Amino acid sequence: MFYREAGQFKTTYQDDQAVFPVLQDKAAVFLLILVAYAVPFVADEYWLQAIFIQFLVFALMAIGLNILMGYAGQVSLGTGAFAAVGAYACYKLTTNIEGMNIIVAILLSGGCAAAVGVVFGLPSLRIKGFYLAVATLAAQFFILWLFNKVGWFYNDNPSGTITAPPRELFGVLITGPSASPEARYIVCLTFLIVFAWFAKNLVRGRIGRNWMAIRDMDIAAEIIGIRPLQTKLLAFAISSFYCGVAGALMIFCWLGSAETEAFDLVNVSFRVLFMIIIGGLGSIGGSIMGAAFIILVPIFLTNFPPMVGLDISTALQKHLEEIIFGVMIVFFLIVEPEGFARLWQILREKLRKWPFPY
Amino acid sequence: MEFLESILVTPFIEIWESPYYFIELVLVGLSTGVLYSLVALGFVLIFKASGMFNFAQGAMVLFAALTLVGLMEHGLPLWAALILSVATMVGLAFLVERFMLRHLVNQEGLILFMATIGLNFILEGTGQLMWGSDVKRLEIGIPDQPFDILGGKVLLNTFDVTAAFIGALLVITLAVFFQKTPMGRALRAVADDHQAALSVGIPLKTIWIAVWTIAGIVALVAGIVWGAKSGVQFSLSLIALKALPVLILGGFTSVPGAIVGGLIIGVGEKVAEGFWGPALGGAIENWFAYMLALAFLVFRPQGLFGEKIIERV
Repeated sequence: MFYREAGQFKTTYQDDQAVFPVLQDKAAVFLLILVAYAVPFVADEYWLQAIFIQFLVFALMAIGLNILMGYAGQVSLGTGAFAAVGAYACYKLTTNIEGMNIIVAILLSGGCAAAVGVVFGLPSLRIKGFYLAVATLAAQFFILWLFNKVGWFYNDNPSGTITAPPRELFGVLITGPSASPEARYIVCLTFLIVFAWFAKNLVRGRIGRNWMAIRDMDIAAEIIGIRPLQTKLLAFAISSFYCGVAGALMIFCWLGSAETEAFDLVNVSFRVLFMIIIGGLGSIGGSIMGAAFIILVPIFLTNFPPMVGLDISTALQKHLEEIIFGVMIVFFLIVEPEGFARLWQILREKLRKWPFPY
Repeated sequence: MEFLESILVTPFIEIWESPYYFIELVLVGLSTGVLYSLVALGFVLIFKASGMFNFAQGAMVLFAALTLVGLMEHGLPLWAALILSVATMVGLAFLVERFMLRHLVNQEGLILFMATIGLNFILEGTGQLMWGSDVKRLEIGIPDQPFDILGGKVLLNTFDVTAAFIGALLVITLAVFFQKTPMGRALRAVADDHQAALSVGIPLKTIWIAVWTIAGIVALVAGIVWGAKSGVQFSLSLIALKALPVLILGGFTSVPGAIVGGLIIGVGEKVAEGFWGPALGGAIENWFAYMLALAFLVFRPQGLFGEKIIERV
């Protein structure tokens, strides 16, 4: 009943090809965006800082990886490294060039990440599947090592960390330690919305169809005239661009300062991988839902025992958390290997008829 | 220029000038390589039999070693602890088959891979939950004395030699098992073609349990050797990451590939760290193996001994 699209007639091609052709979808998305912008007025600082900003950053990264894995079919475990490239590039740009607009700096650092992504995407032409996944681990370890060893990247500061300098946008402080969480949240949210919209349009256009053809069978795609080299490298470039921007936001709007450890394999690459698998491969909305799930579950697990009055030691709790997280992953993969995106589709079909039988 | 020289020229001069140091590094590398091979072997076994890229192999090493040490701390003699640990790994294989593999039949490789990462979390958590997370010493009586060869110019360690010996023994046992026993033949049949194996009456479930058991025992051996060398601790599970470049170098589906790959990576890593490390700022061991494997893959995408990849439209 809620999803009856009967009666919504399209009279122009433009209407027919809208991002959200169904009115209810459009309304829901607009409502969601409005609510998202209203969040800072109700949420307190802890929620914004620890959950919402983190979620936005990781959602952006998940969209990036989903473009590469879900649409172009190239498995990558180097997400953390590409994010680190973005973060360090943004740090170098803002600290060395006075007066550079922070948004420009963030976008440029995304460009740096894209360039690095293309270099490490080159082997994808010869290597496929798990071999490629392991090959991208080379990027992960090499780049983090490089950022640790070469002082130039962190301006030779003795602690080896990079710290976001305070920068303003329209007269409001949005980065650095004294920026308000509300401002940082709004910046991240805007980035996520714009980039998600861009990704959505990208994957339903010619480029996206090329990617999907390569994913489904690259030899067949090559035969019908899709150039594998350009298509794969473009996927790596755009995916790394997203990851780089997310990495820059991670330092500038979320953590404030960090070392290379913040971008390590388990904390970033695997987490983002979980997000898109649980969210649904080949789905932009799924990436966002997956990110929310993977961020929220550990927070829930940490806060649950105290909430019901259980008093357990930190070590015990940490291990229990690990176990429960693992069990949930396995359970979820068994029950719905296609992720939240599929669940949402099923739910939509149900809502369409509900409460009538057909 | 200076930097290029320090990378491209100086190390080779150093190798030329101090050949004994080079030989020592190669030998140390070989002994580490055997350990890498041990972990990689577990991966290959499971990949061959079920097409599953088992990321949890590292966690299995940790879990097995923790169980053994934990049991010994409770006063059990070595042999009893060993038997119980093997029993635990068999139990684990049963559980994995019953609660994971059975429900994931016919899923894509990627989904299976993610499931094993989940299993990885479960094993790491359970192992540490049961036996605590501090570093434990594992004393099983492997002698650890340095001795000289080549007239006192090269230093070797009895421990490394013993480890290499254990590794070789395990590999030979596995080879015999795979080639000569009915179970081994069934395993190879399943590896070749699931459906064909099923149709001639090989029970797939039993095979999976058997394979995971073997992988568990391999993990136990790897855990014992690594644990005796550097103590049983959480970082043991990270050696899975060391085994990955070995795998792609040797090929996912090849047992000899895992061995040779392990040796190449071990030697390459130690020699690179010894001669190129100083010029590059040290600690290059972490990524060197991956770079080596990557460079290698570009020329031979299926790895050293992997089956030739034939693609059809």
